[in-house]
Amino acid sequence: MGPPDPILGVTEAFKRDTNSKKMNLGVGAYRDDNGKPYVLNCVRKAEAMIASKKMDKEYLPIGGLADFTRASAELALGENSEAFKSGRYVTVQGISGTGSLRIGANFLQRFFKSSRDVYLPKPSWGNHTPIFRDAGLQLQAYRYYDPKTCSLDFSGAMDDISKIPEKSIILLHACAHNPTGVDPRQEQWKELAAMVKKRNLLVYFDMAYQGFASGDINRDAWAVRYFIEQGINVILSQSYAKNMGLYGERAGAFTVICSDAEEAKRVESQLKILIRPMYSNPPLNGARIASIILNTPDLRKEWLVEVKGMADRIISMRTQLVSNLKKEGSSHNWQHITDQIGMFCFTGLKPEQVERLIKEFSIYMTKDGRISVAGVTSGNVGYLAHAIHQVTK
Amino acid sequence: GQAPPGTGRPSVPPGVGRTALLLLAAYRTDEGQPWVLPVVKKVEQMIANDNSLNHEYLPILGLPEFRANASRIALGDDSPAIKENRIGSVQSLGGTGALRIGAEFLRRWYNGNNNTATPVYISAPSWENHNSVFVDAGFKDIRTYHYWDAAKRGLDLQGLLDDMEKAPEFSIFILHACAHNPTGTDPTPDQWKQIAAVMKRRFLFPFFDSAYQGFASGSLDKDAWAVRYFVSEGFELFCAQSFSKNFGLYNERVGNLTVVAKDADNVQRVLSQMEKIVRTTWSNPPSQGARIVATTLSSPQLFAEWKGNVKTMADRVLLMRSELRSRLESLGTPGTWNHITEQIGMFSFTGLNPKQVEYMIKEKHIYLMASGRINMCGLTTKNLDYVAKSIHEAVTKIQ
Repeated sequence: MGPPDPILGVTEAFKRDTNSKKMNLGVGAYRDDNGKPYVLNCVRKAEAMIASKKMDKEYLPIGGLADFTRASAELALGENSEAFKSGRYVTVQGISGTGSLRIGANFLQRFFKSSRDVYLPKPSWGNHTPIFRDAGLQLQAYRYYDPKTCSLDFSGAMDDISKIPEKSIILLHACAHNPTGVDPRQEQWKELAAMVKKRNLLVYFDMAYQGFASGDINRDAWAVRYFIEQGINVILSQSYAKNMGLYGERAGAFTVICSDAEEAKRVESQLKILIRPMYSNPPLNGARIASIILNTPDLRKEWLVEVKGMADRIISMRTQLVSNLKKEGSSHNWQHITDQIGMFCFTGLKPEQVERLIKEFSIYMTKDGRISVAGVTSGNVGYLAHAIHQVTK
Repeated sequence: GQAPPGTGRPSVPPGVGRTALLLLAAYRTDEGQPWVLPVVKKVEQMIANDNSLNHEYLPILGLPEFRANASRIALGDDSPAIKENRIGSVQSLGGTGALRIGAEFLRRWYNGNNNTATPVYISAPSWENHNSVFVDAGFKDIRTYHYWDAAKRGLDLQGLLDDMEKAPEFSIFILHACAHNPTGTDPTPDQWKQIAAVMKRRFLFPFFDSAYQGFASGSLDKDAWAVRYFVSEGFELFCAQSFSKNFGLYNERVGNLTVVAKDADNVQRVLSQMEKIVRTTWSNPPSQGARIVATTLSSPQLFAEWKGNVKTMADRVLLMRSELRSRLESLGTPGTWNHITEQIGMFSFTGLNPKQVEYMIKEKHIYLMASGRINMCGLTTKNLDYVAKSIHEAVTKIQ
């Protein structure tokens, strides 16, 4: 019997709980200040446009909706990107972030013969390891999170990366690191890029939160763009689950930056050969919504405002949590809560403390002490602070 | 060149007057147009108008109402397996996704642990993607079983049964539940009984691919007869279902893997392992298509409407078959043409050889597969005469 999935299993336990004060700080889905799922207005408008057009339901090409993949590449790389303008990239539609990561993992397993090793930051999203493993690759790690400071162990990371065998694969979170919320600063990214280049590593960026982290899509994509400008031909997985609230529609993309457009064509043909025996061709609905938003100027503007709104609410909840903890009389340093960015926060809570939060307070999170800040509202931030103080005092 | 079916639309040379696209793997109306089922339009409007709906993640195994209804459609309302609580369902990305999840599970957990040497048998010929699905899932020993008898243009039952007798115990056999792709040739109920008897005796695992339920004969029950027979014979089996054709939901990727196990406990174990496989492949499936199907199947009125829409498609195909056959017979085209109406479903193996196919494409601008497979949905009352005459020319001019 397989064990319950650690992340999605939290939501399932939460659903069964009858305590009226229960909080779901498990799975990473955004909630508004009433704790409700939020369907973006630009999404509703795009859906209305789709409904009125009465389109057919014919199969998409294996690589997905072309307007979507092109717009995805432009969103990630930036419209002024040389790599984008020269066409020396290929982007295929993937099944949200997971599916895009898996396409890349399968692609590396089949074609990247220099190494079987994928280096993940310690810690990383729980699903990264089984994805790469199921694809037939091996997992290694580099230091990343410093539990003593609840921030980046930059010297540890640089030290470990300097020792990674040449031509290995390294995975980097583009922004809003999951699960810690700890991102390198721009000067640190520059040093990471130089090191990665020196070690001749294959860079795999996972970007699941563009726009959602800082509220600014260009700022959140800065690291990806910088690496490419430094001549590092990265591969990239994107998700629209969070930044467009399209979770269940599974909109995502996988991109390979190539030496030239010719190589991009060859890579594309191989990606199609990998995708066809997985699910033949991707689902249209989510990609079409995303495509309409990205390609319709008014909707794109509206989206940028809405994604900033979501990011701003998260940032505000972080601030309120820290101030409430102070009010509770907690003597711990909770600065990491506001230093960290994105949906997730590594509270520093230990498994026994998490266990107590679940059992005594009906506050659900993953065992590593990760909370989804999106599940915090102005209505429950006080209760959360109180509970955390109780289990840590 | 011709694009492989199901990968998008092949390009038709511009300015060509009379053409017939007979290699698409999608339904077309008599006007040669895609058809969004009326019941689907209705349900989509209901979904669009329902402001209480959102885009949250589905559970890993999919939308519960979809899963239960989809499996019920395959197995029948009165299925003993459903009553005994020993069926499971995995919402998947189309029929392909269901095949892949099933294949990944079998490679990990069937016939030992990670036994990549378990032989997998695929019919000769079969849908060309079957092979890739099982190869990419890690199986190392993929074989074919006799199926199409080109000489008699029918099922090579003896060859098939011989292959099953000789197959190592516990081998996996991919069976087309109905409307065999690409031949359109299905075993009769009697023949299925013989197949099941051998498979039972040899401990062979049935993995059904059901992409055309309802679409083949017009009757959901009739098209599911083989699957249900195997269940009634006590088999454990997988059935990969696609709702692409019978719901016309091609691009929403709606599929379901139905698992029939020995008992409820086994089903739970299987599903828990399926979750792990799904989690590293797509995490959780897309919502839109599953909602449409679930809504339709769980409303008696919408269900009846859907069955009517499916019958409309099936009936048009059946009509095209009989019209094509009668024209060829009237023209006196050499050979026998009863296989056109005896075959069933979207596809027909015409029996045209590669040279004749080339003639059809180059001289007559009729696009079909090199194997001689045509998609009956590409036929319309307007192009029937032209296609029949062209086949007549090809067969008489080219040997």
